[in-house]
Amino acid sequence: MSDKKVKRRDFIFTTSYALGAVGVGAAVWPLIDQMNPDASVKALASTEVDVSSVEPGQSITVLWRGKPVFIKRRTQEEIAKAREVDIKNLKHPEKDEDRAKNPEWLVMLGVCTHLGCVPLGDKGEYGGWFCPCHGSHYDTSGRIRKGPAPTNMEIPKYEFVNTNTIKIG
Amino acid sequence: MSDHEYIPKSKLGKWFNDRLPILTLANHLTEYPTPKNLNYWWTFGAILTFCLVTQIITGLILAMHYVAHADLAFSSVEHIMRNVNYGWLIRYVHANGASMFFLAVYIHIFRALYYGSYKSPREIIWILGMMIYILMMMAAFMGYVLPWGQMSFWGATVITNLFSAIPFFGESITTWLWGGYAVDNPTLTRFFSLHYLIPFLILGLVVLHIWALHVPGNNNPIGIDIKKPSNDTVSFHPYIVIKDIFALLIFLIVFAFFVFYSPNILGHADNYIEANPMVTPAHIVPEWYLLPFYAILRSVPDKLLGVIAMFAALFILVILPWLDTSKIRSAIFRPLYKQFYWFLVADVLILGYMGAMPAEGIYLLVARVATAYYFLHFLIILPVLGSKEKTLEVPLSITEPVLGGSASASMTRNRLDKI
Repeated sequence: MSDKKVKRRDFIFTTSYALGAVGVGAAVWPLIDQMNPDASVKALASTEVDVSSVEPGQSITVLWRGKPVFIKRRTQEEIAKAREVDIKNLKHPEKDEDRAKNPEWLVMLGVCTHLGCVPLGDKGEYGGWFCPCHGSHYDTSGRIRKGPAPTNMEIPKYEFVNTNTIKIG
Repeated sequence: MSDHEYIPKSKLGKWFNDRLPILTLANHLTEYPTPKNLNYWWTFGAILTFCLVTQIITGLILAMHYVAHADLAFSSVEHIMRNVNYGWLIRYVHANGASMFFLAVYIHIFRALYYGSYKSPREIIWILGMMIYILMMMAAFMGYVLPWGQMSFWGATVITNLFSAIPFFGESITTWLWGGYAVDNPTLTRFFSLHYLIPFLILGLVVLHIWALHVPGNNNPIGIDIKKPSNDTVSFHPYIVIKDIFALLIFLIVFAFFVFYSPNILGHADNYIEANPMVTPAHIVPEWYLLPFYAILRSVPDKLLGVIAMFAALFILVILPWLDTSKIRSAIFRPLYKQFYWFLVADVLILGYMGAMPAEGIYLLVARVATAYYFLHFLIILPVLGSKEKTLEVPLSITEPVLGGSASASMTRNRLDKI
């Protein structure tokens, strides 16, 4: 290229290719984007849950956006256990205070952050959850303590509409 | 390709062939010179073609009765089993056919490994074969999701979540794959669409695979280049055709055993429970043919590295022709490679077993050693063997060691006898 002079024709080729690439991209995008969540899936973005019947130590599982959400009413012991941990030793350091605004209620996605299985409650070496698929152990705050999962179980956006109702999403 | 120009006998045939040389192609396929020492390990190409056609035909029929919807899929499969005439047979042939397909493809691949069929000038045949193998795994995975049982659902969840390990884009990619925030109806319908497509992609690649094969011709058990046609070859028809059909009949006995006597032994009981996104089965295991890769995934304690190791185990096979530096193809003349070959076979079987066991304690330890050895074989042992191994003398032709002709040939014969 260096010894050849750039001609008007080269300019026309380059701009044609560039415009062609943009055109192909614009035509292909709808074919790709149709696979993303559609309007009906997005419409189911929030769920309200009545938690009045949940006693301390109990946990319920509700479906939100096709994923299970654990709503756990923790006992004082479980809260204490979650809060006394030195977060410097954690794989994914998060304070329990930040994960459970209201310490009695832990609301989190019941989805193992390794490969998406649903962990079992009141199991594992840390008294929290245990994922049967590939052996991840979570503590009473849903934080990863042992096993292949990279991060703590996710806390979804939620709020207490009143003392008995939680709105997820 | 055959050297002589084919001219049809009839006038009509000649008229047609001048316009579309399909008779020339048919003639090439029947006359195609084939090494006369091909053993029964070479019959699996034909067996695999049979498997592909069987899967396409039975799949086509199943699609007439199956309903791809999260609420209806599970009961439509039961409808096929109970109501559709011979539905049970067609579904069992399709489900077990997938396992038979993989059984045959693993024998086919390990045959290529033993006799060095992936080496120059057959690299492209090998790479096309690996592309077919990868597509087969995708088709099998998506097909397993369609009955929408517990294993279907959670298998789909675990496998699609592999992509969530990708830094930065992981979550958007999984959402895009699912068409939602979890595996759900949109996932099922797109898997059905792709499951229907992939066999035809495989069919296209099979045509290229055979085309590429017919350029240099078949490798053979002693792995030497032969003159074609010559004393060393026989025509494909009837010699190889008959041999392939006989092997296929034996293979069909095994196939029929599974279909008629233990149609569910290769599946999991959990898949007869309808998919439930709230409960994961206690022990998720993929189908047997994916177990070695699953064991590699689980043996790495880090999520991203585990996924990388699993895909690397697959893609390392694609570049195998350049990892194996030995010029000698057949393991018959490579005394050390022959031993390492059997170590690899054992290693893959051990990985498969560990993949089926829970990932803890001794199982995890063994899986880790086996994973390390798998990569050691391809990345260290094969390249080093190429320069260090003392290979045996290779005969000049297939006929030579049998009919004699030179001192070196009779020596080779003696060695061959020992082997």
